[in-house]
This record gives sequence, structure tokens and C-alpha cells, in this order.
Amino acid sequence: MTFTLSAESEKIVDELLTRYPTKRAACLPLLHLCQRQEGWVSAEVIGYVAQRLELATSEVQGVVTFYTMYHQHPVAPNVVWVCRTLSCDLRGARELQRHLEKRFECHANGTSKDGKFTLKTAECLAACGQAPMVQINDDFHENLTIESLDRILNDIAAKTAVGKG
Amino acid sequence: MPDFPIVLTNRYRVPQSWTLKAIESLGAYEVARNCFTTLEPAKIAAEVKDANIRGRGGAGFPAGVKWSFLPKDSKVAPYLVINADEGEPGTFKDRTLMELDPHRLVEGCLIAMRAIGAHVCYIYVRCELVTSIRRLEAAIEEARERGYVGSRPFGVDHPAQIYVHMGAGAYICGEETALLNSLEGMRGEPRLKPPFPAIKGAFGAPTIVNNVETIAAVPDIIRMGGKAWSDQSRLPRDGGTRLYGVSGHVKKPGVYEAPVGLTLRELIYDLGGGMLSHDRPLKAVIPGGSSTPVLRPEDLVHAPDANHPLHAWHGQSHIDVPMGVDTYRALGTMLGTCCAIVMDSSTNIVDAARNLMHFYAHESCGQCTPCREGTGWLHNLLDNLCAGKGRPEDVHLLVDVANNMMGNTICAFADGTAMPMLGFLQKFREEFVEAAKRGVQPHSLGATARALGGLA
Repeated sequence: MTFTLSAESEKIVDELLTRYPTKRAACLPLLHLCQRQEGWVSAEVIGYVAQRLELATSEVQGVVTFYTMYHQHPVAPNVVWVCRTLSCDLRGARELQRHLEKRFECHANGTSKDGKFTLKTAECLAACGQAPMVQINDDFHENLTIESLDRILNDIAAKTAVGKG
Repeated sequence: MPDFPIVLTNRYRVPQSWTLKAIESLGAYEVARNCFTTLEPAKIAAEVKDANIRGRGGAGFPAGVKWSFLPKDSKVAPYLVINADEGEPGTFKDRTLMELDPHRLVEGCLIAMRAIGAHVCYIYVRCELVTSIRRLEAAIEEARERGYVGSRPFGVDHPAQIYVHMGAGAYICGEETALLNSLEGMRGEPRLKPPFPAIKGAFGAPTIVNNVETIAAVPDIIRMGGKAWSDQSRLPRDGGTRLYGVSGHVKKPGVYEAPVGLTLRELIYDLGGGMLSHDRPLKAVIPGGSSTPVLRPEDLVHAPDANHPLHAWHGQSHIDVPMGVDTYRALGTMLGTCCAIVMDSSTNIVDAARNLMHFYAHESCGQCTPCREGTGWLHNLLDNLCAGKGRPEDVHLLVDVANNMMGNTICAFADGTAMPMLGFLQKFREEFVEAAKRGVQPHSLGATARALGGLA
């Protein structure tokens, strides 16, 4: 199955390509656009990006595997990143992570039993003054306690519909 | 709380401070207009040189001097690239500028482009900072609508385009040549230097890479005059005010603006509100991001020689030495990003070191063997020590591995790993020896947070 970007996103790509002297420079932003549509970076996405930017698929593959934020496997509708680095660890990040593993019944890089959340650990997310924190999708949630994190997750879970099976 | 002049952050408290509407009456873009319509580019660069602003990204190189490295006879226009890949553990200052005053950064970019003759500026922001990216893009759009950004900024024939470029989650892309490779759409692996970016940078053209805070300070430097701006500092050859961050075991973690030359004691006890738990005193502080070697409050400056740069602080605690690029180098650590991680007496240093070495092992780009292997070894050894599977000789092995990483790689990442590792080993050796015998209590680092409730 080949991957195609929506017509609206294709317009964004056309504009992106005007920003740089080379096509290749659009590689990272284009991968982000594709991931936003598809949820992850599949082999088909890599094929599409390579063809659109006139690169070898191996070159795009090399980029995808270098950067943490490209999902190389499908993820749940919500991705929870727990910051594990020192400032957060000093304020209870490990407790948050343990709690999330229990709540989701999975380890880091796994997906919760209900299929709504993928759990990941993150390296320093530049929110050290508001530790401990997690990033859920696009949003930072800071100065967390287990209770406040649970409330946030309950809200998100209630709004997330998943087709089980 | 001390009363410091607020310059860089003076618009942080304005409601909706990230919109042009909210800050226009406070003088936004007036300096840029003046720079495009009246001031000579050479004069702008001269003021920045006079300001003695040391790069705020961590290396502390004088920004004005950096600009002067651009070739004078180049036929291609240089690029301006802003390093907004803030990711050094403990560092969270640039994010506040991008979220709360993106127009100040955009104005700084315009002025810098005018000064160095650049027509295109890329702001490389790590993609996790979604709010920063949205507000910056909106700010650029607002500036474009007013005609400040575009083909004729302020009606002057000096095209100036500014684009946000998203990273994709790689700490190493904060290294300027890795950042350039990443900008060009490749893996973020640092380049061999020379050539330095000022000669051959983005897309083969001369390029200046500056930190967010450095460029955001430029409008005030021009407005106040380089010398007056510099004189706000308490130290010579290291000018201005800057953003200080403090996190970890303090009551009021956060980002604060103060003159260059504040002491760690002031940062922790005045701005940071003191230690989080009154019965757990300060044990150690990582002064400027995780790559800077740790300091202890009980260590005293030994500089009896009158010519020693720290002679004025002879006999005083390390945390009473003013935080400056040169003073901290003399102290055997580094100022780095000026964002301190504070650890109280409950902290197990071996566990803290393990946390950071996990970070470095994860973030090494893998290009150079000493770094790729060394970071992994340090992390594995510390994992074993903490798990109670260590051997007495592992302590020496940690020193050995760290020493073999230093100076043997393309970029400074390996040194930035080995130096803090050696700092921990030198100052807390007995804790490592102890861990080799008995391991480390699991979940030791969250002890204070647990004791204070909420996370039990």
C-alpha cells in the first residue's frame, strides 16, 4: 500500500521546499508531517519521503532511526513521555513511572491494556523547574503528583475512543 | 528576595506577552527598525562586541567575536542559525523566552541578520517544545504581516526571512555542526572542524550559530549601548544580565534573571528559596547543566597566589564564587548553561551519576568509538554498582574509561560526559567504593519528594 499525504499537507510541503536551498533539508519536517497523519513512520512513509525529496530510501531510513521522536512502530492514540532525567528523578519521576507501569500494565515502549496509551521514557524535556513532568501528545504536564497525573489521564482516556481487537 | 534589574525578561508578566498586540506599546521592534533604517551594520556588530556577551548556550564564547569570524570577501550571504535545541539536563531557560517573549527573539534575529548581512535565519527548535514552536511561528507571522520580516523589512532593501525548523529528538543536535547536519536533513552527527561554521556552515555557506538567549539579548544591547549593557554584570569580560535556572531540591525552582556573577549561594538560597526540606542540607550542586562537574559547599577556594584568577575568593566556599565563564573554569568546572541542579543530603551520588550516564549513553550519536563505547560502559558499570553487582575494581575502571574518552572524539560530547563523571568520582569517591560493596537503595533519588508527600 503506498502512502499519500493529504492535499492540504502537500501544499505545506510545497511551501517547505521553498525555505531551503536543497530538497533534502525538508526531510525532518516532512517526516513530522507524515507521522502526524499516519501516527508512525512506516516503510511506506519512508518510501514516499525518499521519492518526494529525491533521496535513497536508505538515507531516509538512516534519518528515521537516528531521531527518538519518529515512531518506528505503531503507537496508541496517546503517547505519554515520562521525563526520567536527573532534575525530574530528584522530584519523584521514578515513582511516576512505576505508577504508570502499574496503571497501564506495561513497561516503557509498551501500550496500555486498553490500547489508549503508549508509555515512553524521555530524556530531559527542558521543564526541570516544574519537575516531575510528563509530556502527553503535544502537551506538557508539570509539577505532577500521582493524583494529578491520574486525573489528567482519566480525562484523556474518557475522550479517547479505540476500536478494540 | 533581592531586587535585580529586569531587562531580558521585562515582558514576561504582561498578559498574552507572546502576541505583538500585548507588547507593541512596550517598544517591540523599535530597535530593529532603528537598525534597519539608521544604524550601520558595522556599528551594530561593534556594540555587540562591546557588550562582552558570552554565548549563552554553554560554551561561553564571546558572541561579538564569533560574528567577526565571518569571511569579509564571501560571495555568498551567510546564514544565521539559532540553536533552540535546549536539551542539556537541568536546562530550561530558553524555553521561557520562546514561550513568553518570542518577539524578542524574532527582533534579535532581525538585528543580527542586518549586522552580519544574512537574509535567511533558521531557528532550530527541538520538536518536543510544541508551545515554543507554535508561539514562535505565530510571532514570525505577525512580524511578516507588519512587514518586519520579509523582502523589505521596515521598507529597507535587505530581505530577511525567518523560519522555524523542528528537530526530532536528539540531544547531540545542540552541538552546532550536528545541528547543521540535522538542518540539512541528515543524521545529526557532528562534523570535523575546521572548517568552522563561520567559514563553511549550513549548505556550505558561512554561518553563525547562536543560542536563543544570546540573540534575544541583542535588542537590549543596541538599545542600552554595548558598554552600558555589559556593565550590568558583576564581572569583567563577561557582560550583562542572564537567565539562571535552578531545579532539584529547592523550594522555588525556576528561571530567574540576574546580573552575570551571581553566586550559587544566592541562586539556591535567595532566588531558589532555599533547600526543599529544612532537615536535608545542600550536599552537591551541578552548576550549569549535566556536563559541568559537580561542586560541594564544603570545598574552599585555594588561591593564595595574588595572580590566581580566584585569589579574591581564597578561603571561601566554592558556592560563593561568582558564576562566570572564566571564574568557573578556574574553579575546575564550567558555567555551562547557568542552570543548576541542586541535590540535598538524601541524594545518593552514585545513583545521580547513573541517571546522567544513562542519558549520555542514550544520546551519544555513535560516530566515534571512544564515546559510543565509553558512554555505554560508564552506564553499565554504574547500573551494576547500583544493583549491588559491582566489584571493587569497578571504581577505578570508571576513572579509566572516562579518561580514555577525553579529547579523542570529533565533538565535545565525550568530554562533556567524562568531565562530570570524573568530578563525581573525585569528590564522592567513598560513595562509589561503598556502592561497589553494598549496592544502592533502589529509588533513592525520590526520597525527599516522597517524604514531602504526593508521590508515595
